[in-house]
This record gives sequence, structure tokens and C-alpha cells, in this order.
Amino acid sequence: MSAPPADRTLDEILNLAASHFKVAREKLTPDGDFFKTLGIDSLQALDLLTRLEHHFRIELPDYELQGVSDFRTLANRIRARL
Amino acid sequence: MLDLRQYASLGAALKDALERWPNETCLIEADRDREKVRLTYSDFKEMARPLCRALEDADFKAGDRAAIIMTNQSKWLISAYSIFFCGGVLVPLDYKLTAAEHLQLLAHSKARFLVVEYYLWRAITQSREFAKLTVEIVLVTEAPAGADLRGAYRWEEFKRKGEPQFVVRQREDTACIVYSSGTGGRPKGCVLTHDSYLEQCASLTAWYPFWPGVRYLSILPTNHAIDFMVGFIGPFVCGACVVHLRTLRPEFVRDAFVRYRITYVSLVPMVLKNLERGLRAKFDELKPRKRWMLDRLIGLNKMLTRGRPRVEISRRLLPQVHKAFGGELRALIVGGAFTDPSTLQFFYDLGIPVTCGYGLTEACTAVTLNDLKPFRADTVGKPLPGSEVRVLNPDSDGIGEVAVRSRAVMSHYLDDAEQTAQTIVEGWLLTGDLGRFDGDGRGHLQLVGRKKNMIVTAGGKNIYPEDIEAVFDGLPVKEFCVFAANYLWPQKTLGNEMLVVVVRLEQNQQFDDRLREEMISRNRRLADFKRVGGYLVWEKDFPRTASLKIKRGELAAEIGAGTARAGVVGI
Repeated sequence: MSAPPADRTLDEILNLAASHFKVAREKLTPDGDFFKTLGIDSLQALDLLTRLEHHFRIELPDYELQGVSDFRTLANRIRARL
Repeated sequence: MLDLRQYASLGAALKDALERWPNETCLIEADRDREKVRLTYSDFKEMARPLCRALEDADFKAGDRAAIIMTNQSKWLISAYSIFFCGGVLVPLDYKLTAAEHLQLLAHSKARFLVVEYYLWRAITQSREFAKLTVEIVLVTEAPAGADLRGAYRWEEFKRKGEPQFVVRQREDTACIVYSSGTGGRPKGCVLTHDSYLEQCASLTAWYPFWPGVRYLSILPTNHAIDFMVGFIGPFVCGACVVHLRTLRPEFVRDAFVRYRITYVSLVPMVLKNLERGLRAKFDELKPRKRWMLDRLIGLNKMLTRGRPRVEISRRLLPQVHKAFGGELRALIVGGAFTDPSTLQFFYDLGIPVTCGYGLTEACTAVTLNDLKPFRADTVGKPLPGSEVRVLNPDSDGIGEVAVRSRAVMSHYLDDAEQTAQTIVEGWLLTGDLGRFDGDGRGHLQLVGRKKNMIVTAGGKNIYPEDIEAVFDGLPVKEFCVFAANYLWPQKTLGNEMLVVVVRLEQNQQFDDRLREEMISRNRRLADFKRVGGYLVWEKDFPRTASLKIKRGELAAEIGAGTARAGVVGI
């Protein structure tokens, strides 16, 4: 099965992050720093990873988040596992 | 527990521990809800043997240095034990550093060997600086079949049998080189002896003992001074068990408390805050009647535990809360950074003993700790047995720099006599932290700020401005300098720490969106916990020495006197 288009993965992540952390969707941009725009710490970011795992039905080790702070890079890491 | 006075080295003490409690479980490793490893002390010894033989075969000699870069797991402890067994010096590196930073510290430490987790090794081999790797032999754990290890060996390949030869070390020999900072500037490798660790372990376990059957949940990175001591050395010399989690997702951490009926856990404030947030959310979901009842029971618990913790009573009064923590938790140990007293109070009011301490890598692990007699949310506790603490040159409020003298204090910074001389003066370690003893006469220390230009994040990371300035090199401004905001504008409280980049523009240059974007983009090259929080445009040239180095102290004083913190613009 091939991975969905990059834009769609990214869009789904942005929607999910916005609803999970109750932030207006339009405030989130693909290259935005999610720690800053969502106002979260690294543990809450791990929480987001769990939500994304459930959504995409994949398993993401914690280290996939290491050094990542923007949605686009996160989307690429997820797409590589789809 | 073992009588540590009888041992000359960590290796000798750990070796005896493996003999003393062969059938006790020493390690459990879980990944999410799957238990991956469960080892007795006897199993641990068996697993260490091939690695010890491998080190022997590679001509590993007493005093040789070996680094570990791994997330918390059984192989971390097995590797560390093997290094000590063979007389080596352990260099535990922070796995959250970048590959370039790992390479830099490996070179600085002169480590001959490296034990590293596969994903971290992959990052190192892909780094542009990989050619600078100075380590001779690399052992990689959990590498997938067929992976190109670029000359490294697989940890799991070592199956050599036979009894390795234990290498005797003395108390004054170096046990570990632990980096407290310095990835971008001057590395500060704290050289800690076997004596430091054995003394520190004896004093910590005198207040918070371990015994066979105790289960310690290891969440902080094992390379961190706290977890190395209370998540490895302490439990092992007492026959206790360490539980490792391969993920730090809050939901699995919460599950682990229950699944493994955890006795102790050490946390940094960020994790404690996260637990508090989760509990408060659950309390808020309660129906009004149940919430009213909960508040009454918390009030009763507060009254009954005013003088000292009474865990058994608290467990009966608030069973649901205690069950969520496994029902056998004896203490949450918090350290590594400033902890909001209201968070500590929140847990104590629920009957969960929470003890806040203060320490620094230069002092091995901890300097002070709360003994809960009684609980104090507003202090970092009393000096541990064997530690002398003084407040130097106190002002009218009794506030001055905290200095420490004990056998646990490091002997020196590796290859840096100048920094050592500035930090250890006449046998006293100058901590750079400002504090005072409170007036209760019981020796409780309160920390009120920092004298040094650095911050400590809620995750327990020390960040020195000099270490991150390189990322702003080439910024199109006349000059720039990074400071801790509290160093520019001292405040008599901890917390609210951030870094500020101060920029001096060229003549006629305007601070425009392009410059701002450039600054943001550079800032994002740093790990999230290292980023600067804001910038300040300064209108004067920076004072410099004859060799054109910025006079940081002088500039900070000028900025502090000439402008307010409110002038910092967030980025």
C-alpha cells in the first residue's frame, strides 16, 4: 500500500493537533514550531505522538520526535512508516 | 544493603551485589505494555560476562575510558557494570545531544570505547563530522539485521564464555567523567572518583533506603547524575529492582506505576507537573458530590500528615489516588531544576510523600534533600550526611552564593585547570547558585536565584549561553551576545528562566522582518530545550577586552541597569 500524499498527511496532523490541544486550526502552519504554537512541553508532544499513532495506525518510537519541532518534519517521519 | 565502607570501587561493590542477591529481580524493561526483559542479579552477571570478555580481548586497561550513549534500558546498566568490572572510566553522555555534540564530547573525553544505541549511532555516522570520530571500538545495540554499522560491532554478538578477570581500583581513582555542559563552548567534564560515588550512595540511602523488593522506576536519563545514582548504584547495592521504560509517553508511565507497584521514582519538575495536570483534570471531571467528598478527604489528610507523612493512613483515605500510583509508592523524588512549591504541596496533600532536593553534577548527585520531617515545599531540604553547605558573603537577607564541601564533590574538570580553580576554592565547591538558610534552625536551604549566567530547564537541563551562541554566528548584525534573562535582571526567585539574545545593529540598520526571520530560523536549529526565548536590541557597542572578547559581566550590568526585562521581544 502506498503512502497518502504528503499534503494530506500533514493536513491530518495539523487538524489532529489543533483539536487535541484546543488551538485554532488556522494558527498552525506546516513549518511552525509546534512547541511554541501549541504551547506544549516535550511530554505533551509525546502525548501528541500517541494520538498520531492511533490515527495513522502505526507505532512511532519516542526517538522519532527527537530534534523535531515542526509539523512538516513530523509528517515526513510518519509517512516513512505508513 | 552492602556496607559500602568496605569497598574501594563501584565495580567491587556492584560485583558483590550480584553475588549477594542472585535470585532477586534487578531489572525489568518494558516497552509500552510489553515486558521485554526481566533479569535477576544472577542473570545480569551472566549477561555482563561476554561484554567483560570482549573488553579484555580488546586490551581494555585500568583507567581506559568508555562512553555510553543510550536511552534507559538494561543494556545501559550491563555495559556500565562491565566497564567498571574491567577497571574502566565511564563517560555517560546525554542521548539527547546532537551527533556533532556527541562527537565533540567523545573526542574531549578521549574515550577509547563507545556503547551506543543503533538509532543514535546511525545519526553519528550520518553526521558531517563523522570523520572526526576518535573512538577505537564501537558496540552498537539493537541494530537491525543487515544494517551497515560502519565498522562498529554488534553488542549482542558477544557470546564469549569464560570468567573475566576483575580489575581492582582504588577509592581515589576516577570512576566517571560526567559532562555538566560545554557542547558549544568549553566542555565541563566533571571527574568523579569511586570515593565520591560510594560516599554519596551511603548518605542518600541513609535517608531513603532501598531493600530487596523495592522497585524503582527509572524515568530520568541514566546519564543524568540523579538516575545514575538512584536508578542504578543505589538500588543495586541494596538488592532492589530497577524498572526501565522504553517510552516516556505519559500514559505508559502512569501504567507502569500500577503494573510494577513502584516504590520510588525520581522526576524532574516537568514530569511532576504533567502528572499534576493529569490528576487535576480527573478531579475536575468528578461530579460535584464526589468532588466535594474528595476535597474533604484531602483536607483531612492534610491535617493528619502535617508533622510527617503517614502513607498507610493516606492510602486508606484516598485509595483511588494511591491506586493510580500503584498503591506502594513511598516517595516521589524531585530534582534537577526549580520545582514550583504549589506542585509539591499538591502531591503531599494527597498523601504522596514528595521530596525535593538540590544537587549538581559537580557534587556527584545531591547536596541537600528534604527528609520530610516535616515536609517543606519551600526549601530544597537539608544537607545530606557528609555534606557541608555554606552561604558565602550573605547580604542583609542572609542570601549569598551556596558553597559545598564533601567527599562527593568532583576532583576537577577534565583538562581544565583554570575552570577548576575558579569552581573549587580552598576545598569548597562554588555552586553559582544563590541561597539562604531559612530561619527554622533546622538547616533547610532555600534557593533564590543564580549568580552564574546559565539557565536550568524544567526538564533538568543546564544551558549555558556560550554553548549555543555558535548557532547565531554570522547573524547580519554588528554584534550579539546571549544571556540568561535572570543574569541580566537578577530576581530573588527561581523559575521563569529563559535565554535572551542581545543584538547591536549596524549604524543605520533597522530591525526588520528579515532579520527577525533569520533569528527564528537559526534558533530552530537548536534542540527545543536550548532555544532562546527572546531578543533585545541594544543601542551601545559591547565592551570588549584587549583581545576583543566581549566583557560579558560588564555588558550584563550595563543592560540590567539600562533597560527592563519587559523590553525583551519574544521569538
